[in-house]
This record gives sequence, C-alpha cells and structure tokens, in this order.
Amino acid sequence: MYHAIVFLPLLAFLVVGSLGRLLGDRPSQWITCGAVITSALLSLLAFWQVALGGQPVRVDVGSWIVSGTFDVSWALRIDQLTAVMLVVVNGVSALVHVYSVGYMAHDPHKPRFMAYLSLFTFAMLMLVTADNFLQMFFGWEGVGLASYLLIGFWHHRPAANAAAIKAFLVNRVGDFGFGLGIMAIFMVFGSLDFDTVFAATPGQVGKTFQFLSWEWDVLTTICILLFIGAMGKSAQVPLHTWLPDAMEGPTPVSALIHAATMVTAGVFLVARCSPMFEFSPTALIVVTIVGASTAFFAATVGLVQNDIKRVIAYSTCSQLGYMFFALGIGAYPVAIFHLFTHAFFKALLFLGSGSVIHAMSDEQDMRRMGGLFKYVPQTAILMWIGSLALAGLPIFAGYYSKDMILESAFAAHTGVGDYAFWLGLAAAVMTAFYSWRLLFMTFAGEPRASQEVMSRVHESPLSMLIPLYFLAAGSILSGMLFVHYFVGEGHLEFWGQAIFMAPGNHVMEAAHHVPTWVKVAPIVAGIVGILIAWQFYIRRRDIPANLARVNQEVYQFLLNKWYFDELYELILVRPAKRLGSLLWKMGDGRVIDGFGPDGIAASVMNLARRASALQSGYLYHYAFAMLIGVAVLVTWYYTSTGGGH
Amino acid sequence: MMAFLEIGLGHYLALAAVVFTIGVFGIFLNRKNVIIILMSIELMLLAVNINLIAFSAYLHDLVGQIFALFVLTVAAGEAAIGLAIIVVYFRNRGTIAVEDINLMKG
Amino acid sequence: MILQGLTFYAFAAIAVAAAVMVVSARNPVHSVLFLIVTFFTTAGLFVLIGAEFLAMVLVVVYVGAVAVLFMFVVMMLDINFVEMREGFLQYMPIGVLVGIILLVELLMVLGTASMSPAVMASGTEPIPDLTQRQNTAALGDVLYTKYIYLFQTAGMILLVAMIGAIVLTLRQRPGVRKQNIATQLARRREDAVELKKVQPGQGV
Repeated sequence: MYHAIVFLPLLAFLVVGSLGRLLGDRPSQWITCGAVITSALLSLLAFWQVALGGQPVRVDVGSWIVSGTFDVSWALRIDQLTAVMLVVVNGVSALVHVYSVGYMAHDPHKPRFMAYLSLFTFAMLMLVTADNFLQMFFGWEGVGLASYLLIGFWHHRPAANAAAIKAFLVNRVGDFGFGLGIMAIFMVFGSLDFDTVFAATPGQVGKTFQFLSWEWDVLTTICILLFIGAMGKSAQVPLHTWLPDAMEGPTPVSALIHAATMVTAGVFLVARCSPMFEFSPTALIVVTIVGASTAFFAATVGLVQNDIKRVIAYSTCSQLGYMFFALGIGAYPVAIFHLFTHAFFKALLFLGSGSVIHAMSDEQDMRRMGGLFKYVPQTAILMWIGSLALAGLPIFAGYYSKDMILESAFAAHTGVGDYAFWLGLAAAVMTAFYSWRLLFMTFAGEPRASQEVMSRVHESPLSMLIPLYFLAAGSILSGMLFVHYFVGEGHLEFWGQAIFMAPGNHVMEAAHHVPTWVKVAPIVAGIVGILIAWQFYIRRRDIPANLARVNQEVYQFLLNKWYFDELYELILVRPAKRLGSLLWKMGDGRVIDGFGPDGIAASVMNLARRASALQSGYLYHYAFAMLIGVAVLVTWYYTSTGGGH
Repeated sequence: MMAFLEIGLGHYLALAAVVFTIGVFGIFLNRKNVIIILMSIELMLLAVNINLIAFSAYLHDLVGQIFALFVLTVAAGEAAIGLAIIVVYFRNRGTIAVEDINLMKG
Repeated sequence: MILQGLTFYAFAAIAVAAAVMVVSARNPVHSVLFLIVTFFTTAGLFVLIGAEFLAMVLVVVYVGAVAVLFMFVVMMLDINFVEMREGFLQYMPIGVLVGIILLVELLMVLGTASMSPAVMASGTEPIPDLTQRQNTAALGDVLYTKYIYLFQTAGMILLVAMIGAIVLTLRQRPGVRKQNIATQLARRREDAVELKKVQPGQGV
C-alpha cells in the first residue's frame, strides 16, 4: 500500500508525460487525477493506521548506492509526521488535479500540465517519506525541478521563463547549504540514515571542529546549513525573492506548490530533524529570528500589493514565517499543526482567486475588479471562509493553530520568543487587514472593470467548485477536529517518536497556561485588522490613496518589496553577469578560441599560404632547392661521421 | 715539381668535381633558355663519366668503363627526349625563356 | 711523365674553361660550340688514362650525335638572345656560395680519402695487360658476355627514346600533300575515269 501511495503519481507522470500527445487530453486527465486521488484515499488510510493508530512503518524499497562505507538505500519511512504530510500533500494535490481540469480547459497543453503536476506530487512524496538525507535531497531537488517546469509552463512568455529561472537559482543557493549540511552529517556520523544519525546526535553535543582558525560547534553548523536549505525552499528572508515572481505560473500551480506543499518542505525538514535541532540552541535562535522577521516583513509588503495572487503569495510567506518561529521556540507540533491547517485555507484562497481570475477573463489586478459578489457568490463566500480561517477567528481552523503559535511564543519566556510574539501579533493585524482589503476590493463596491469584461463574468464550472468546497470544509473543520491530537492533551502519544523534544523543552505545556490576555490578543488583532480594512475600503474609500500620497516613500518602499530585488540586482546579479561576460569574451573568446579552433585555423591558413609560395612554377627554383638539399646532406654527412672516409 | 706533375686519381676526381659544380651553376644561374639547362645536365653527366673512368683506370677494373658506356647511352637518350620536349613546348608556347615557364605555379 | 702531366693540365684547363663558357655565353650557338670543345678535351683525357674506346665513343656519340642535335634545336628555335640577361645577378651570391660549399666539400673528401690495398688488388673485371688485349677488345669480352642483358636493355632504351622523340614532335600539318600508297593501289577504274559524251565544238 505504501508503495502505491508514493509510486502511483510517478506512474501517472511517466505514462502521461511520454504518451500524452498520443492519448489526448481527456485520458491524460483521467489517468493523472485517478492516480493521485487513489493515492490520497490511501493516504487517509495510512493516516488512520499510522497516526491515529500509533504504528509507524518502515518499508524497504531497494538499495541505491553502495560505495565503501557510503551505503544508501531507497526506503519509505511512514511515521506520524510523514502520515500528516501524506494527507496534506496528496489531498491538496488531488483537489488541484481536479481543479486544473476546469481551469486549464482552454489550454492546448493539458497533458503536459497534468504530467508535471503528477511529477511534482511524486517528488514531494519522496521527500516526506524519505528515510535518509540523500533520499530527501532527491525529493527536494525533484520538487525544485517540478516547480521550475510549472512556473515556466507558459514558456513563450519571457516573464514566466525569467521567474522560473529565478526560482531555481534562489532555491539553488539554499540547496547548496543543504548539500553542505548533508556532507557534514556524513562526515560526522558516517551515515545518512535518519535512525542512525538521530541516535548518535546526543553524543555529538558540545563537539567542535576547526575551520579558518575558529572553533565551530558541530551540531550548530549542521543545523544552520540544513536551515539554509529550508530558507531557500520555504522562501524565508533573504531567500524569499522568488516566491512573488513564481505567481507567473498557472494558479493551480501556485495553490499546490507555493501554498500547501513545496514551500512547507522546509518546515518539514526542520521538524524531521528535531532530534538534532533540539541539541543546538544557537540554531534554534537563528530559526526563530528568521521566521519572525519574515512573518513581519511579508505582511508589510502584502499590505499594498495590487495583484490578487501576489497578496496571497506574501501571505503564504508570512505564514511560513510563523511556522518557522514556532519551530524555533521548540513547539514543533504546533508548527506542523499550522502547516496542516494552513494548507487547507491557503489552497482555498489561491484556488478561489483562480476562480475570480478565470471569471474576469484573466484579469489579476484588483484595482480593475470590484462588485463581483452578485456575479460569483459561491466563490465569494468560499473566499470569505478562507480568509476567516487565515485571520484566526474562532471556530475556523486558523484559530486553533495560529493562536497556539502566538501563545507558545509568549510561553517560551526567552528573548527571541518575545521578539517573535510581538512581531507575530503585529503581523496578525496586518494579515487580517490585507485579507479583507482583498475581499473588499474584489467583491464589494461598484465594478471597476470594463463593461465588456463584466458581461463575461460567470461562476466557475463544477470541476473547479467541488475542490473549493472540500477545502472549505477542511478550513472549518480541520482545526477543531484535530487540535486535541496535534497540540492538545493527546499530542505526546500522537506524535510518538516522530518529533523529538528535549527534556528541558516545556513550551507545549506552558502554552496552555498563558495569561488570558495572551489568548485573546490574536482574536483582537484579527478583528482590529478587519475593522481598519472596512474603514479604508468600504466607508471612506479615499483614505488609502491619501495615505499613500502623503507617505510616498514608505508606500514605495513597501510596494517595491523593501527593495530586496533591486539590492540583489546590484550586488549579486550585475557583477555575476559582468563576470560571466568577461569570462566569455576574454577567457573563452580570446584565450581558448584564440589558441584553439580559431587560432589553429588561422595559423593553418597562414602556413598554407606561405607554403604555397614555394610552388613558384620555375624550374630553376626547384633545382636550386634540390641543390641546397644536396649541399646540406653532404655537409651533415661529412660532419656527422667526422670527415670520414 | 715532379710530384706536382704526377697525375693521380685525385687529380681526375678534382677535375670531375669542378665540372660537376659548373654544371650545377648552369642550372639555376641561367635566365636565358631551357637548352642551357640541358647542356648543364650533359656537363654533369660528363663529370660523372670522368669519375668512373678514373676509378676504373686506377683500380684496374673494367666495370667502371662499362658503366660509363651505359651512362653515355642513357645520356644520349635523355638529351633526345629533352630536346623533343623543348621543341614541342616551343611550338605551343612560343618561348623558351626560363622565366616564362611557370605554369606549375601553385 | 712530364709530358703526361702537362698534357693533363692543358686538357683539364681547356675543359674547365669551356664548361664555364657553356653556361655563360650569350649566344646559345656559342654555348653548344663550347660544349663540343669540352667533350673533345675530355675525350683527350680519356685517351690519356688508357680508355681509348670510350674516348672515341665520346666523340662519336656525344659530339657527333648529341651536340649536333643540340645545334639543330638551337638553330631551329627562333631564339631572341639579346634581351635575356636580367635576373642573372639576383641569385648569384647565394648560388655561388652554395656551389662553392659543394665544391669545397667534394675536394675535402678527395683530400682525406684513401684506398685500401685490398680493394686495389681485387677488381670485378681486372684489366688485362694492354699489350696482349686492346682496350676495345677487352671491353667487348666483358660486355657481350657478362653484361649482355644490360647491353640489350641499353639498346631498348635508345629505341624507346627514338620512338618517344618522334611521337612527341610528330604533327600532321594540314594541307601537306602526301602519297598514300595503299589508297593508290586500291583505286578502281570506276572511281578514276569518267566517260562523258562530248558534243563536238561544245566542250565539257
């Protein structure tokens, strides 16, 4: 069964990827959707058995590399953490597959799209079911590849190509850190299997190694290197620049990859390596700071964006920051719980926005929307549900997970914990604000689009609405149904060995006993944000424009994403391009070509021209040459044999 | 004085060497016409003959003279053919100036 | 002895001088004549050394045939010899240098060379005593017996040369009337004679 969960999407990719054009659109869609839906149903079964039933499983698939002491095999590790991820990944992927059938109905390359979606699903599954670091890295790279292919799906658009390359390159920086981390693990532990490494971790506490005349703590270095990988994949500052650009891809891609699954791989990595991170306080502090800063930063940028997908993208970035700082303060189960619920409502928001875009004939700028409520009421209500879950209002899923994160941050009673708490709270206000800004600008008020566009506005087809309803159900129910298991009283026996928390880590306990104002604060923050948005966008519509005009620099600063892209362009991209150009013209062109092909060709021609001058056609020239030859021969013979006989 | 007049092998060989060199000069120092080249070749062959005869005499071996006879034969044949070629060439080109014979220029 | 030496030097000097004139004479006819002088003097040298047959052969073949042939061709080709003088000096320095080097080396070899007595004693064909067998007869003895194949080959070479020369220079001149005997003999009365009735006083 576990083989089927992981390999069915692979099979679908291979079949549709190679025979898609032969099979045609409908069969391709049936095959891929069927495979992933089956996988999703089996994942539910696995969740029932492994997580709720408390029986982790390890399935051996085969041996991979055997080279000296380096022994890596393909194996599936299905423990509670994996089971949760399986449900998330397969569930969202199945719903996105079905949604894509409707969304991409006008696209000429449907089989390729479905195949790529299945490929991505397989890679993500490999990542979460990995039993050793190398297999996880394989899945890691696989999702990066699938992300590149899907972002650049409409490859005749230069913006899409550029975005795909940007995503891949920025991810590469993270992957470099991850790769170094893996190598360091092998060097220190001699193996890449999770079980072996985690068991040996306590023995490496306090060990240091020499590098550049400094003493570095072994575990901290490894954890920070792994975290660099997580930063790249999960779009944390400063490796976040690719996420907004990744919105060039089709909306189902954004929902699947950049909301629910790929970007959560970093969170999953840190949670999986909790046995290591718990022994490195420094690394945890780094994680917390980065996570909290990202949460705050992304929320500020999301306040002023005008593209509907970009608002949601920055929202994702911000929520990932929440998850990371939850990990950093030691509350791993809470982070995973938020991952779980976030997958539902963020995917709902993305797919809902996809519905809106589809209805508005591919219009994505919110300034040209408005007044859509009576045209697409179902979509509007579903997006309200998603936003309520995101803001963390009671009953909805986000309330249980997000509020728990803030409570844990406070309960950590450390400096970084407080930093995280206050930034998180501020971000909560901003989250509510921009979410309702989105809702009001899109659905409320008078239509700002042209008459022609409004005449074509229609509700989405069933294939697009049904996944939305599933996700809405998840956004409402997943919190209250599972809070007990994930973070409540039963969390220890739920997680079992999957997540390790050091003996001194009492955050989970303390989080339940925080003062009341801390428990209420997130709800208040959410409501404040909603009220401000109502004021700005319903009651007095002139305030936003006035504020922007008066605080022009701040507005521009936020609109341009804190000028991160410009900064990178200046210090990284331009020098790199210049170096590349220099090496190309000078190095390759002058040196290698000059001495190599071009140089040889030119010198051959030169020599040939000179040699042909010997063929003068005059007999006496030839005779003269012969004579000189004879003279040389005689001289040489005479001198070599010593004037011999 | 007596030794000077004592004609040995070396004298003949020296004479042959000188005539040979003159023949060689004739080949590439002349700009006039191709017949001079043929005559220079005859000179060189003559020098070779002198060499052979001299050796034959001083080694008391008839083989040298026989060889010289054959050289003579071949030289005559070669002169005939060479001149025939020149005649035909002259008919076709109208000149036998050495500088004008450069059709093989590559 | 003295006479021999003097004769040798005289002949040698004339030969060398004539050879130089061959290559440097302005008039090609003069060149051929000097070539003839060279041949004559060399023949004299051969007589001096005791190879009289070859000396006579030299005169008959070289002078009588080859040099005359040269003369024929030189006379036949209408060579304008006045203007061909330029360019002589261009190559002279290096050419002279190379030639002198060659000459010096040849002479140096002669100076240091020596012959072992064993070689002097054994020859392939020892020359019989001149009083008992003349040079010509001795040559004939050897030539027609041991070297007969080479002799015949030499004859073949001459034959080929003769044919080759004819083939090269033969041309059919248009408009030359020649007899074709075969055609003449194969002529029939019908082709040659035609009877026409002629009326008196009217002509053909």
